[in-house]
Amino acid sequence: MADAPPSRGRIRPAPDAPLATAGSARRGFLRRAVAGGAALAAGRAVAQDEANLPPHVPPWTRTLGAPVLASPYGVPSTFESAVRRRESPGLTRTPHSSVAFTPLQNLFGIITPSGVHFERHHAGMPAVDPHQHRLIVHGMVREPRIYTMDDLMRFPSVSRVHFIECGANTGMEWANVAVPTVQYSHGMIGCSEWTGVLLSTILAEAGVDPKARFVLAEGADGAALTRTIPLDMALDDVLVCYGQNGEMLRPEQGYPLRLVVPGVQGVSSVKWLRRLKLGDTPWNTREESLHYVDLMPGGKHRQYTWIQEAKSVITSPSGGQVILDRGYHQITGLAWSGRGKVKRVDVTTDGGRNWRTATLQEPVHTKALTRFRLDWNWDGGPALLQSRVVDDTGYVQPTIRQLRAVRGTRSIYHNNAIHTWRVDTTGEVANVQLA
Amino acid sequence: MSSWLERRRVARHALLGMLALVCALPVDAAAPAPQRYGFGRAATPAEIAGWDIDVRPDGRGLPDGRGSVAQGQVLYDDKCASCHGTFGESNDYLALAGGVGSLASDQPVRTLGSKLNHATTLFDYIRRAMPFNAPQSLADDEVYALTAYVLNLNDILPADAALDRVSILAVKMPNRDGFTTDHGFMARNARPDTRNAACMTNCGPEPRIASRIPDYARDSHGDLAIQSRTLAAAPRAAAPAARASTASSPADLARRSACLACHAVATRVVGPSFREVAAKYAGDAAAPARVAAKIRAGGAGTWGAVPMPAHPQLAEADALALARWVLGGAPP
Repeated sequence: MADAPPSRGRIRPAPDAPLATAGSARRGFLRRAVAGGAALAAGRAVAQDEANLPPHVPPWTRTLGAPVLASPYGVPSTFESAVRRRESPGLTRTPHSSVAFTPLQNLFGIITPSGVHFERHHAGMPAVDPHQHRLIVHGMVREPRIYTMDDLMRFPSVSRVHFIECGANTGMEWANVAVPTVQYSHGMIGCSEWTGVLLSTILAEAGVDPKARFVLAEGADGAALTRTIPLDMALDDVLVCYGQNGEMLRPEQGYPLRLVVPGVQGVSSVKWLRRLKLGDTPWNTREESLHYVDLMPGGKHRQYTWIQEAKSVITSPSGGQVILDRGYHQITGLAWSGRGKVKRVDVTTDGGRNWRTATLQEPVHTKALTRFRLDWNWDGGPALLQSRVVDDTGYVQPTIRQLRAVRGTRSIYHNNAIHTWRVDTTGEVANVQLA
Repeated sequence: MSSWLERRRVARHALLGMLALVCALPVDAAAPAPQRYGFGRAATPAEIAGWDIDVRPDGRGLPDGRGSVAQGQVLYDDKCASCHGTFGESNDYLALAGGVGSLASDQPVRTLGSKLNHATTLFDYIRRAMPFNAPQSLADDEVYALTAYVLNLNDILPADAALDRVSILAVKMPNRDGFTTDHGFMARNARPDTRNAACMTNCGPEPRIASRIPDYARDSHGDLAIQSRTLAAAPRAAAPAARASTASSPADLARRSACLACHAVATRVVGPSFREVAAKYAGDAAAPARVAAKIRAGGAGTWGAVPMPAHPQLAEADALALARWVLGGAPP
């Protein structure tokens, strides 16, 4: 079988039954089924769907389909119901202050569909009436201003592709492997085309005091969430957004108005934005002192750790999936950097001994998800898959060992380590960490 | 020697020289002043005051008012203890007390008392976001009182203490000096704290797996099989046609089920109008089942030469609902 000619590879995204501990017999069956090859699995599929396969003509061809407006604002096919956001069990105590992860294992390209973009709320998701929503700009400005949504949408708009990544993304994996799939290990990220007004435009209208150095952004949710944004960033590329992927923001993403602070940890992209205040010192808010601070060995916390450093992960093959065939497979994944553009992504299949450079999907946007792809022929042997991004500052994504050497294992935030998926001889793909 | 290339070079130099001249002009002369759009309007002091609730560590933003530990205890037991525990010890939500001095250890106990650096932030947060189910419902006196009581739970304030906008600034939190901004995360051009090399061949040591999900935790995230798209080989979902419809009414069902491609309520299109059908079978108790069967199986001859096609994708229950609706005159 080792000499079998390369064939079109197939991946079963996940085993077809829960991997129950008690069900090791079941797993044994699975292994045999996989080792026995795709023939068995394919045979099952044929038996089930024979009536709908050639030479037969399936009912959807022999009947009239649904009329237009069957779904005036479309939803995905019912067959795609597995593609959804999910919580990580036990991570949070209440669903009102929690996070649901993006199913990265099922997505293509660089844009995250708005409906599965990860959501994180601190006091639930408010239902804000856009007609009664206001943005106030005040503090160290020449003239405090108040805006309706209509006012804001009159300003010159821009649309830009940026990722938003929670600072705690991959935070569960600082000390050891904790979660099975890329949805849970890296799913606190999404990438959208955001539309809105440059914050610099709005600040210019109010007239910023030359002595101002920081902006406080505040949400209209029950947390009235507040974050400090340095003024140089605010004047650079921060957006006051109402649009996402061509539609208005989804409620989970801050409808009707949010900040997008490109390249900075997600909590700074304040949702349901109601207030911007200019000041001369940082605010040390709850989300900048009790949370979103990085505990270092020795007991000190790093505060105001805004930037999301360069990071990448392979999304296929990835944890929980099963490779069914030897032969050709495309290794694909996502890379990004909060400091600028992705310059290069290298991929290894032998745990970091040898690397090949992947192809980047063009165009590469700054501070945006970047899709990489690499051809691979799986020979049926064990493999350790990793990706490693280099950004346009020359920064190279670190190993988990390098990160721990500086930051220990208790910092929760900013884990951008090279990630490892192990492929075993049965084709099962699992999350592992290397020494 | 005046080649084409040379001429181009000369022309480019001339152009660059002109650009340099333009750029050297005063900014005012080269570009118009940034446009003011004037959208929105000036915010009034009253509007701002209602939302301007932030408090800084230097005391900016603190309101008037006063509250004591004793007053805070009454409020706390009523509004806070159910989540945070009677003594602020609950781990279900952020623990409020305990853990002081543990942050440097292998098992840091992260509580408000062990972690927070400024009491003003506690005041700010209670005022803007607590209680969890009724944020911004507390009066400023109550916020001072609750702040005082939480600090008392941490042995930072004595039981007979009270707080106001002056005394709160004198509170020294145990972790006051526990934060640093000496790191590379505040600016995009700051220096990172790791320095990996992009080695390409024969790199590093032989890989050794140090961590994997233990067997007992393999089910911790549920059935992984249903968490991915299963197009390759896994069992397929039943065809949606076999499922009962989720239509909200028979009229909606008719709209979604292709009926209206050939039928209308009151006029003949390809097939008879629904009212014609209702009139034909008026008083026939067995009609609903018969018409339902005909909807699913199709038929010909009853209404002329054009046959009624079969609709096997309709669930039986849906076909019966449609038949009853048609025979009832197809109300909207």
